[in-house]
This record gives sequence, C-alpha cells and structure tokens, in this order.
Amino acid sequence: MVRFIVRRLIQMAGVLLVLSLLLFVWLRALPGGTVSAILGERATPSRRAALEAALGLDQPIYVQYLKFMQRAVRGDFGASTAVLPGEDAFDVFLTRLPATIELSFFALLIAVPLGIALGYFAARRRGTLLDSATVVFSLIGVAVPVFFTAFMLKYFLAVQWQVLPVSGRQDVSLDGTRVTGFFVLDGILTREWDAAWDAMLHLVAPSVALATIPFAVIFRITRASVLDTLDADFVRTAESKGLTAQVVRGRHVMRNAMLPVVTTIGLQVGGLLAGAVLTETVFSFGGIGQALFESFTQKDYAVLQVLILASATIFVVVNLLVDISYAIIDPRVRTR
Amino acid sequence: MRTIQKMASVAVVGTLALAATSCAESDRSEGGGSEETTFTFGAAGAPEMFDPLYATDGETFRVTRQMFQGLLGIEPGSAEVVPELATEWTSNEDGTEWTFTLRDDVTFHDGEPFNAEAVCANFERMYDQNKAGQVAAEYWGYVMGAFANDPDNSLYQSCEASGEFEAVVTINRSTSGFPTMLTLSSLAMQSPKAMEEGNANDIATEGEGFAFPEYAQAPVGTGPYKFVEYDEANGSITLEGNDDYWGDAPKSSELVFRVIPDESTRRQELEAGSIDGYDLPSPTDWAGLTDAGNSVEIRDPFNIFYVGLNATNNPDLKDDRVREALMYAIDREQLVQTQLPEGAEVATQFMPSTVSGYNTELAPYEYDPEKAEQLLQEAGADDLTLTFAYPTDVSRPYMPDPQQLYEAIRTNLEDVGVTVDVQTASWNGGYLDNVTAGKYDAYLLGWTGDYDAAFNFIGTFFGNLKENDFATSEYPWGKQLADDLQAADAIVEEGERATAFEEINSQIMEDYLPGVPISHSPPALVVGPDVEGVIPSPLTAEEFDTVSIGGE
Amino acid sequence: MSSNVTPKSYGERRKERIDELAAASIDETPGVSLIASAWRRLRRNPIFLLGLGITVVFIVLAAVSPWIAPNDPAAAPLLDKVRPQSNPVPGPEPGFPLGADDRGRDLLSRLLVGSQQTLIVGVLATVFGLAGGLVLGILAGAFSGWVDSLVMRIVDVMLSIPSLLLAFTIAALAARPSQGTLIIAIATIQVPIFARLLRGSMLAQRASDHVLAARALGVKPRAIVFRHMLPNALGPVIVQATLVLAIAIIDAAALSFLGLGNPDDRRPEWGQMLGKSQEFINEYPHLAVYPAACIIVVALGFTLMGESLREALDPKTRR
Repeated sequence: MVRFIVRRLIQMAGVLLVLSLLLFVWLRALPGGTVSAILGERATPSRRAALEAALGLDQPIYVQYLKFMQRAVRGDFGASTAVLPGEDAFDVFLTRLPATIELSFFALLIAVPLGIALGYFAARRRGTLLDSATVVFSLIGVAVPVFFTAFMLKYFLAVQWQVLPVSGRQDVSLDGTRVTGFFVLDGILTREWDAAWDAMLHLVAPSVALATIPFAVIFRITRASVLDTLDADFVRTAESKGLTAQVVRGRHVMRNAMLPVVTTIGLQVGGLLAGAVLTETVFSFGGIGQALFESFTQKDYAVLQVLILASATIFVVVNLLVDISYAIIDPRVRTR
Repeated sequence: MRTIQKMASVAVVGTLALAATSCAESDRSEGGGSEETTFTFGAAGAPEMFDPLYATDGETFRVTRQMFQGLLGIEPGSAEVVPELATEWTSNEDGTEWTFTLRDDVTFHDGEPFNAEAVCANFERMYDQNKAGQVAAEYWGYVMGAFANDPDNSLYQSCEASGEFEAVVTINRSTSGFPTMLTLSSLAMQSPKAMEEGNANDIATEGEGFAFPEYAQAPVGTGPYKFVEYDEANGSITLEGNDDYWGDAPKSSELVFRVIPDESTRRQELEAGSIDGYDLPSPTDWAGLTDAGNSVEIRDPFNIFYVGLNATNNPDLKDDRVREALMYAIDREQLVQTQLPEGAEVATQFMPSTVSGYNTELAPYEYDPEKAEQLLQEAGADDLTLTFAYPTDVSRPYMPDPQQLYEAIRTNLEDVGVTVDVQTASWNGGYLDNVTAGKYDAYLLGWTGDYDAAFNFIGTFFGNLKENDFATSEYPWGKQLADDLQAADAIVEEGERATAFEEINSQIMEDYLPGVPISHSPPALVVGPDVEGVIPSPLTAEEFDTVSIGGE
Repeated sequence: MSSNVTPKSYGERRKERIDELAAASIDETPGVSLIASAWRRLRRNPIFLLGLGITVVFIVLAAVSPWIAPNDPAAAPLLDKVRPQSNPVPGPEPGFPLGADDRGRDLLSRLLVGSQQTLIVGVLATVFGLAGGLVLGILAGAFSGWVDSLVMRIVDVMLSIPSLLLAFTIAALAARPSQGTLIIAIATIQVPIFARLLRGSMLAQRASDHVLAARALGVKPRAIVFRHMLPNALGPVIVQATLVLAIAIIDAAALSFLGLGNPDDRRPEWGQMLGKSQEFINEYPHLAVYPAACIIVVALGFTLMGESLREALDPKTRR
C-alpha cells in the first residue's frame, strides 16, 4: 500500500517535471511575450533589449530554465506581470484559488441533490415520456456551451430583472473581513452576516451555470445505477416477501445505488475546473479560471505556468486519493 | 425526505457553531459619518502597484493620479500646463537652470512637510535607480534618457534647495519637453520619509516580472485622496478623501476602483448601478448608453492613427511618387465617417491639432484614385505588391476595430492596382515585434500623446535615426529630419519652437511622406446618470476630486 | 449483489464507459445479427429518432446551404449602412430577414452556410482523433508488452485531464490561432478516447471464437486485425464518433469564445460567430442567440442519437 502510494508520487513528480520543462521552453519560443506586453507601442529595439537583459530573457533557454528551477525550489515562481502584478505567481494562485473552490462547492450543492432526485425519478419511470423528457433536459447541460448558459443567466437575472449582482464576488462597500479567502465562510466566522449573504448572492448565477455540467453526469449515473439496482435479485426477493414499495425503495434500492454516485461526485473536480474557466470569465469572478484566461491573453507567463502545473497536480493528487480509497474500500483491488 | 431534513439541520447547526467559535474578528471600521459618498469606477485591469515612478499602465496611473501631484499640473479638460505644487518657474537664458517657487501650504498624507528639500529628495531618488529600477522606471528613462550611473546622457543633472520653498533643477540642455514633462504622473512628488521607511528604491526583478518594495503598496502623496487598501481577492482599490488637502476638498469622500476585465460586463455593472462610470466604452455602445440616461463624455482627440511604411524590404517604396500615390489612394474621409466614432477627424499630419507646432495650413490629401494610379505608373510601380499587416486581439482608442479598418484600407489599395499580401499577428503575440523588426512594408499603428509637446509625437516617430519603425534611414532625408527634430526641440523660446515644428510638419507631409496619417479619434468616458462634475481630459488624466453623485 | 460497489476515479469512469462500449464488439447472441436487433429496437425509440432527424437535417443543410443561401456570406451588402455609433448592426429589411451582422453581411446566409464549417470542424476533429486513436490502439493491441504499457500510460494520463482544459492549453500554445490549430487541439483530446476504445475492442475480440478459429487456420495476424477485428469494432466506433462530434462542436465554440479560434471569418462557422458576438451582446443579443441555438440543437441531436445507440448496443441491456 505504502509502496503503491510512493511509486505513484514519484511518477507524478516525474511527469510534472517534464511538463514544466516542455511548457517553459514552448512558451518562450512563441512570438511576442511578456516584453511586448509591457512595452506596447513604446517598444524600440534598444528598450526591448534593455528589458530583456534585465529580466534575463537574453540568456540561452536552458540557462533560463535552470534559473527558474533554482528559484522554484525556494518557492519563488516569478512575479506576475498582469494578473496581480508584483505578486509571486504562486501567491497569485493561492489568492485566486478560494474563489474557484467556493464556486465549485456551490455548483455541486446544486447539481448533486437535483441530479440524484431527478435521476431516481427518471429511473422509476423508465420508458415513459417523462423519462425521455428528463433525459433530454439533462443533456442540455452537455449540449449548451456553459459560457452561453452563464451569459444568459447574467443577462436575464442581473441586467434585465436585476435580482442578482452582475459580476464579482462581493460588494466593495461591505468591507468584508478576510480570514480564509472563502468569502461566505469568512462572513460566517466573523459574524458579518450581510457580507456572507452578499457573497452568496454573487455566487448564485455562476454556480447555477457551472452546475449544469456535473448535473448531467450525476443524473445519468444515478439513473443507470438505480436501474441496475432495481433489476437486482435482492430487490425482487424483497418485493416478493411483501415489503411495501416504499420500504424497498428507501432502504434497499437507494442505499445500494448511491455508492457509485457518491464517488462520482467527489471526482467532478476536473470537469468543474474546465467549466470554471468559462464561467469565471463571464462573471469576472476572480478565481483561477479567470486567472488562467487573463494570464494567457496578457502573456503573464509566470502565472500561466504555475496555474497549468498546479491544475495538473490537483488532478493527479485527486486521482491518487481516489485510487487509495478505492483500494481501502474494496479489498479485491489491493492485489493489483 | 428525512435525510434532507437531517442534512439541513446539520448545515444550520454547523453554521452557528462556526460563528460561535469566534475565531475571527471583524475588522471593519466603525460606520462613518452620514456624509459618506462613494464614487465607484470600473477599471479594466489590476494596477501594477502604487508607486507611479515604476508604473507604465494606464490603469495604474488612473489610481495614482488621485493620490499624487507633480510640480506642474494639467488644466482639467485640456492639455495645458498649469501650476500645481510649484506656483511659478523661470529659467536661465539657455534653458538649463530652472527655478521653481513652491507652495508653502502643502503636507504629505503622512504629515511630512512639502518643501524644496522634499523636491530634491524626490529627484535624486528617481535619478538614482538600481539596474532593475532603471528598466522599470520607464517614463523617467524615456524623458530623461539615463540615470545616475550615466550622467552624461541624462537630461537631469542636479537639484538644489535654494530656499525653503525654492528649488533649482539643472538639466544638461534645453528641450521643449522640460518642464512640461513634470506633468507626467511618473514624476510626481512622494513623501521622502515614507519612501525611505518603505525602501522605495528596492525594486528587483523576479523571474520575468518585477518584485516591488513595501513602499509601493503603501504610497504617500500630496493629492486630494489617500490610499486605504487594495483587496486583491475581490479586485478593488479604495481611496479616501484627504482632510488636510491644500486645495478644494474632494467632493466624494471615498473613491473605489473595481477591476472588471470584460468590457461588456463593465457596461452591465453601470446599468445595474453598481459602478458609476468606466473608461473607453466601445463606440457601438455610445447610443445605447446615452439612451439609458448615462453621460458619454467625449474627450478631445490626442492621438494619431496611421499606416506606417517601411522601405527596408520593398525598394518600390523608396520612390517618393509611390508613397505619394498611397496618400491619394486611401479614402480617409469615408473611413472617418463610417468606421470611427463621432468627433473623429481626418489627419493632415502626424500629430493632433491641440499640440503646439501643429501646422494649420496643411490640407489633407484628397481621395483621388486616378491620380494614385497615375503616380504609380509614372514610377513604374503599377505592379506594386505590399506586405500589409494589422493586429488582432486588441482595441486601441485610435484604432477601435483594426480588422475592419484594415479591410477598408485594403480595398482602397486594391482598387488602384496594388497587390496586398495580408499579414496579421496578435498584438502581444508578435505584431509589435514584427513592426519594430521591419517585417512589414505597411502596417497599422498609432500613438496617444503623453503630454503637450510636438516632439512627443513626431520626435518619437522620426527623431531617432537608428531606431524608428519607419526606417527613415533608408531615405536620403532621414538624417536631416532627425537632426531638424532634435534642433527644434532644443529651442528655448516657445513661439520660435512652434514655428520650427510647423515647418517640419509641412516638410513631412509634402516632401518626405514616411507614412500615411489617417485619423484622430476621440476616446470617451461614460458615467452614470447621477454623476456630476466629471471633466474629461484629452490626456486621459481625469482627476476625480470634482466628481460627486448628485441627488443622494 | 449486482450493482457495482467499487468507487471509480474520473479517469476510471471514462475508461469504463469506453470499455463497455468496446465489449459490444462481440456478438454473443447466435443467429441474430447485432446490428439488426439493435436497429429493431432503435426504430421505435423516440429519442433516437429525434436525434437522427436533427442530424440528417444538419448534414443536408451543410451540403446544400451555399445554394439555398440568399446571399454570399462573405459579401457585405449592407456595409454602407453600418455606422459604429448609430447603426452598428443593421436590422431586418426586405431581402435580409434576419438583418446583418456588424460588418454588413447577411446574417441568415451566414447561419445557413455556417453549418458547413461547423460540420467540417466537427468531422475533421473526429476523423483525426480517430486516426490517431487507431494508430495508437493498433500499436498497443498488436505489440503488447512494454509498447502496450507505454502507449496506454500516455493515454490514461490524457484521459485523466479534463478535455476542455487540455484543448485550451494546446490551442493557447499555438503560435498563430487558425481553424487548423483549433481542429488539432480538439482532435488531440479525442485521440485517447478512440485509442482506448479500439484497444479494448481488440482485446475483447482476441479471445472470441472467430478470432481463435482464424488463428488456428493460420490466417496472418495482420489480416486478422484488419479483416476480422476492425470491422467488428465499427459499431462502437460509430457510437463514440457521434458523441465525440457533438462535444467537438461545443468545445470549438468554447475555444472561439476564449479567443483561440479562427480569426478569419469570411467563411462563417457557428462557434466563431458566437465568440465574436460577445462585444455586441448587450445591445444586439440576437447575434449570439442564433448561432448558439443552432449549435445547441445540432449538439443535442448528435448526443441523443449517440446515447440511444450506445444503450442499444450495450450488452447489459440486451435481452
């Protein structure tokens, strides 16, 4: 078990190292870049040269990479030039991360109950028009581009009917105290109820938009899982014993059907981050999704690198955690 | 259902428990007086930091301009130079020694007095930069030329406090830019004590960016507003009114800048009332914004949009007749009418009319495709092929929609028989590099002025023979033009200087033709219906101390 | 117990779905053709019919649109009417039922002809993804041993990264975005899906009767692969391709929205039209709504068709 974890960690470190090298070299080979972005129209060959020399960009690429690694092991990932100028790129990541986590959390809070409830409902009424209708409805989460959903929600709820705020995470005038970086949590911890409530209002529209993605998956898996379970022998046995439908439903079916659903929920992380890039951009939400987009368009390579590598690390770590829990829960797997 | 009820009660209990742990205290300031008014402005990007010396980006200046002032200022609404922290200034005969009489009633936000000693401390601090600082202090480098390690090439030589409120600044030659350049935000006066305590000059490069010293996050100036905080997680900067301000008290007690990168979101926030204004609304939105009751304030144009020409790779362009033909081939009037916002003008020369040295007698080249064809034939270039480029992923105040402008110009060129080889690159992804490297025969570009000086326009374009985007060194007159520009810039007497520049402008447009100036566009600012007192500035240098939200 | 109690990772779950589909390559019900029995069921499935109908209409439209479109989508007949401030997006008038876009081009024609490029992007991305997956899948299936392990490890890593992020990274790293880079980015994220599908299909078939028989008869391995195994993989591949096509179109729209799409818009494409409509979205939302509606309907069509095909071919639901 321990060997398994260690082996996977080493593999992960190796992959990340290779990825960081490829990314570093590739980004610097692209035309334009940080210097162009900083100088703009005032660029002249001598100013470019001076800036490049100051930033160490005139050195051969392997020297630059080595210097980068030297600084990286000390925790210095380079200063951001556009997203949060002057801050270390890793600090930018940490500043922006809570927003995306909060957003993903609330998206799951919406997607999970809805997905499970509707999935169960559709499975119980399999083959009817209602089943087909709910299946199609869930597929809307797949077929509608999430940025379009985000945009429509913003346009109607915030601009036309003005029931929700347009963008951002919190109203500035509330002067919320920052403790953890999770604005809703901070409001609760400091008992600034208005700040917490305002942060939640800002979360509604983006969470609903983002929720369409995991909702589709959770719905489908719940439905499939419930269908499987309904077919199972033990249910037939229970029914033949005369237990009422309600009891069968509650105790046996749901409990067995939920296991695969629960594990799937935990692993929507990946899909949520992809959706977050689009949703956060539409709502100017200030999370790592928006930072990814900004760092790319403004050529803030320090931040772009950190974000890509951090995202890759998150996926790999989450996968590892799940594989571990997989091995713990099901002893049959450990012999792998 | 029972499960849901259980989960709900867990959630409520959990929330109350968290709150009850009181492991965090609210650090909000106690409610302010009932006289608090806040003006909220939507910014397009995050500020770099708050020390204007190291700033290059408009969004940073927008914030620092409210907190800092220079010896000289700009009359709100124009580009005219007026006294600010200095009440009057004179120079010696050859324009190398300037004596500034300072205001005696000014204190910095930290209570330190503003006097001649402080002025000289500022100049010396800006002059004496480490390697990283020399690159970061772009504007000082641009106007002064060099730093303490290279005194021979530096315009600034020294500063002396000849009285408590009298400072003498010595420069090594006279130039049209001095003392006008002291209106630049980067050269603003900052508190020497605060700078020392915050190690203001301790800037270093970190990777591919700069790591700024402590002082840069806690700026101290003399202006109507003081810095309060920058909430990075929520993207907002808060400033509060300066009670000890020497001038008229600011009309709003608080200024908030919210960072909203997406333009259509800024518009939506304005309509929802959560911001009170933002900069550079797209011209397509002006009508809708005005109809909704907002005020679109149009600034006087202070920029130039041109088609640059570079003859390095295309010998045909060296023939004057070919370039002249291009002047006649482009229908600039139509472009201005159909593609640019109202208030845009056709350009007759490479600088806008508000700058001194503008030659009012120059007439624009009329649109005359036949004449253009004729000229091309005379020059034997009726098979002219041009590599013509435009940038993507960008919108500039002088060039709102590059692709559309490009298409119109390209059609004009093709109509007179020129073959156009379409090139494009992303603004930050190689376009500017390619222009500087001379890869394009023709390209779209422009410039917004930094201050009111002809040299800031045509000097930037043609003043340096070795380094300019028009490759003027390829032409026989290139050196002459560069020398004339430098000479004109050194003239002390204003009237004489203006005449000299007018003469050069006429030579550029009638004899030299290094490029094709197209238009000047008015960038705009939009504010909500209740906002009063906004004075739009052609230099995009609005000061918000006169702004109030009426009817509150 | 019948239901699966084993938890699965994001990557595992994707792999499993692919493997289940691959298992459908084996025809275990003697006497009844797989395709025929599936078709009989599908014929009466309303979801499948709806999806099929939409797909057919889309393909036909893409084929004939240049002839039925009233105007040339690249021409700008209403350009003179465009005024950035007073009339940036001309409204409907005789001959232009939906009005024009911000460059004076007929919106209806652009929507109709846009189906072509959209279909091309989707199809090419899927075809290249399939080709790449085929190469990898055959390599892994044919050679086994360390080649198999290496290839599958790469494929697994790619499957564990959310596809849109991978596509975003690939497109962002292109020196100059174009329709080609867009197609490549999306094709790349399809490659591991097809690779795993084909490998799974071949593994599943390796132990099946007809392959064992062929080997016993001395048929060459290459012939076995190409003439016996691949044709049986056709069913699952078609299903996966349909699903992947829908995702390709959606992801292409998302990348265009982020500015990574094709900047040249003389030949219209719905995702590109949606991406470029963002700046007018406050005053003229119809510029975004029309292409979005088209994308949604088409993506839904492919997805409905694909999902019902998958269910029909799924050995577990076959009775």
